[in-house]
Amino acid sequence: MSRRLLFLLPLATLLTMAGFFAWSMVSGRDPASIGSVMVNRPAPPLADVTLGPSGLGGGKPVLVNFFASWCAPCLAEHPLISRLAEREGATVIGVAWKNKPDEARAWLARLGNPYRQLLFDQDGKLALDWGLSGVPETYLVDARGIVRLHYRRAINEHDLKDTILPLLRAGQ
Amino acid sequence: MRRLALLVLALSALALAPSAQAVEPDEMLADPALEARARAISRELRCVVCQNQSIDDSQAEVAHDMRRAVRERLEAGDSDAQVRNYMVARYGDFALLDPPFKPGTLVLWLGAPALLVLAGTGLLIVGRRRRTVPAPAPLSDAERRRVEDLLGR
Amino acid sequence: MIPELGHFALILALAVAAVQGSLPLLGAARDDIRLMQLGRYAALTQAFLVILAFLALVEAFVTSDFSVMLVADNSHSAKPLLYKITGVWGNHEGSMLLWALILSLFGAAVAIFGNNLPDTLRARVLAIQALIGVGFLAFILFTSNPFARLAAPPFDGNGLNPLLQDPGLAFHPPILYLGYVGFSVTYSFAIAALLEGRVDVAWARWVRPWTLAAWCFLTLGIALGSWWAYYILGWGGFWFWDPVENASLMPWLAGTALLHSAIVVEKRDALQSWTVLLAILAFSLSLLGTFLVRSGVLTSVHAFAQDPARGMFILAFLLVVTGGGLALYAWRAPQLQPGGLFQPLSREGALILNNLLLCTLAATVLLGTLYPLVLDLVSGDKVSVGPPFFNITFVPVALALFAALCVGPFLSWKRAELWRALARLRAAFAIAVIAMVVTATAIDGRATLAAVAFGFGVWLIAGSLTEFVGRVRQTRRLPPRAMIGMTISHAALGLVVLGAVSTAAWHTELITTLRAGEGVKFGRYIATLGKVEPLKGPNYDAERATIVLTLDGAPFATMTPERRLFTVQQRQIAETSIHTNLLRDLYATLGEGDARHGWTVRLYENPLAPWIWLGAALCALGGFVSLSDRRLRVGAPRRKAQEQPAE
Repeated sequence: MSRRLLFLLPLATLLTMAGFFAWSMVSGRDPASIGSVMVNRPAPPLADVTLGPSGLGGGKPVLVNFFASWCAPCLAEHPLISRLAEREGATVIGVAWKNKPDEARAWLARLGNPYRQLLFDQDGKLALDWGLSGVPETYLVDARGIVRLHYRRAINEHDLKDTILPLLRAGQ
Repeated sequence: MRRLALLVLALSALALAPSAQAVEPDEMLADPALEARARAISRELRCVVCQNQSIDDSQAEVAHDMRRAVRERLEAGDSDAQVRNYMVARYGDFALLDPPFKPGTLVLWLGAPALLVLAGTGLLIVGRRRRTVPAPAPLSDAERRRVEDLLGR
Repeated sequence: MIPELGHFALILALAVAAVQGSLPLLGAARDDIRLMQLGRYAALTQAFLVILAFLALVEAFVTSDFSVMLVADNSHSAKPLLYKITGVWGNHEGSMLLWALILSLFGAAVAIFGNNLPDTLRARVLAIQALIGVGFLAFILFTSNPFARLAAPPFDGNGLNPLLQDPGLAFHPPILYLGYVGFSVTYSFAIAALLEGRVDVAWARWVRPWTLAAWCFLTLGIALGSWWAYYILGWGGFWFWDPVENASLMPWLAGTALLHSAIVVEKRDALQSWTVLLAILAFSLSLLGTFLVRSGVLTSVHAFAQDPARGMFILAFLLVVTGGGLALYAWRAPQLQPGGLFQPLSREGALILNNLLLCTLAATVLLGTLYPLVLDLVSGDKVSVGPPFFNITFVPVALALFAALCVGPFLSWKRAELWRALARLRAAFAIAVIAMVVTATAIDGRATLAAVAFGFGVWLIAGSLTEFVGRVRQTRRLPPRAMIGMTISHAALGLVVLGAVSTAAWHTELITTLRAGEGVKFGRYIATLGKVEPLKGPNYDAERATIVLTLDGAPFATMTPERRLFTVQQRQIAETSIHTNLLRDLYATLGEGDARHGWTVRLYENPLAPWIWLGAALCALGGFVSLSDRRLRVGAPRRKAQEQPAE
């Protein structure tokens, strides 16, 4: 009897493996996504901008948006960032990553500047502390200075409605 | 759909842009021992935007920044482990090409050796048991009749 | 017109495959000779049709027919002719058609050359082959049609990935597929044997040539891929433990275990169930590799465009082929009669150890490759498994295998005396230890682990030659070709180990910026950058540097690395320049730069690097020599008839 079970072992292994594959494909898992270790940890330093209780947010959650003028998806998400800043009254801090300051300013002048404060990170040192892998990436830091969200892509309407706005409003 | 697939392929191909080695002369440290340590550590850190390349091999911007950070930490006197932890604090275990040994990776590290030990012992036990020659299976009726036929009975 | 003909040929081929996959099986069960013979004709017809389809696709590429979507997406009129042809399989659809082509060709080969097989076995083998073909052809026709047309053909195509416009990579897929698909024949043999309920000496002898052929091609295919990576990627690396590389290594490990396990079946009628299992696994791992590249569950530098729908189809196919095979195995294998008895310490025991170690290696690679996926799904945790992991887990087991490898041939069947075997290897052992010590001290004590591994490489060569010389002395003539092949392959493995260890551990590297006319000391040479001039290729613009190496004042070599910008894709590829004397490679690449600031130049000296690929080629050669052994073709055992007529 146990001999029979032994012979079934290869088949059982295959089915387990296939199960994982099917799970992966059905769940729409993106193998290239690298996750984020920033969430639920205190926000890293942001040059001379203070975040957290006595910081720029004034006791309210703050968004930190890394962008660049040469980045196409940043162009796509700009209207949403502007909407957050202007219509929803969110405090958004912009960091121009690997961008010449005059090019970044010109880009913002053309499209509108939604940022309460604009920082420049030309050599990428600031971004490294935030675990950045490219642009655009957006972080939400709550009133206590803890990172609550980390998007490693351009944000979209769903993100806004389902996740960002609720957190912003809850924090007020 | 096809266009999308193509775009994905093109983008992924860009990320794979093979490096004719990625370390630039101006990144290298003056102290050869420190530089050697930097290279060794870089080979163990993953380029987080590439497909399976270390930061030593990748020409991506982020890889360049990480390489520079590694060298800065080494010059500040960090040990190899501290430099690795520095990266893990920012990018997670994903950044290590040598997966950490923790409860979540026990199966990974011990799976194959365990299989070897189990199979090996199993085979030895079976081998010992099979020393005795098994008794021949009893003849079926048809076979017995044939034997009698052949023996002329 | 011609693409439509090709498409039609494929549809016909699917129909023929369906017939070939059903009627001969029926014939074998009913002992109907005509139905069984049908299998042979069907196999030949199927091969003919798929050849037609393939040629139609080649024609579309060669004539740059951009109304065919595949050609528009992957080709360009300015591409050199060679790459127009090899571009046929440089994409998902075309490579699937190549798979189907080789599959049908192997089926035809069994039909033509399998005259020594009993009719029932051959009919079953051809039927299983055809059923696999049905799966592939259906996959192609329903999800990956290479002949799809564009309503509005573009003026010119998108061009081929510049990486693929290279002779090494152009031929890597066909040779690799010959290996992958060759294992389909051993799979078919295994299933046929399980269906018949008989795995015996005769079966092992019949299956051996097909396994050997597949294994030889797979060895060559992997070696070619590794060599290409070495001279294109530009820093002397040759194996990266990338998921798709791993996916080609796993069937190779299983195939090697299978080759050796089948020997035990042939000689001693033992290890039948293990051998059959390995035959099923070798092909299943090939299919797994196909799945991993095309489904998108893993990221890899090799991956084709992700398409979950295709992934699901291949997964289903994998489940049917592998699951079906393993289910049949679970049902029938326990009934296989175990054969000759032997002590644990014997040639059989050594080959069991060989199986165990190779399977452990395969399991290690499988675990390492799939673990990030599993962990991500189960816990959301992200880990990376890269070269450091494999170096720690793979290398020690491989070294244990190398140690045992040389001892095995000295052990006798049934029961052996270990000390006698080891005594005959005294000299080889001594040579290996001396080599270890010499390298460790000569390299100033750095990388002593590498010195140990180096010693193992020497052990492999010395041990294999000791066995060969001993055999010649004893029998006073040349051993049979199968034995010569074994010696060549085992010793060649030693060459690969020596080359790999030396290059990985002891290469010298110099990264520097040079302006035109400037020189730098590199090892024993002085490297001077001559001019850097622009160059125009058929579909790229390039910068070419001339670097002159001088040794003690006299010119030694001129190297001309290039940096090419492919205009259509806007991709930069570096062309390395390699100067080899077969004992070491001198290697130069050109980076970015300009006349004012100078150019980044990277120089490497890779000791014994050529031995990696020479060794691999010799390994395959050993396999081919073994394949040419007459005993495999002539005097193959005829199975005794089922019922002896009463005398």
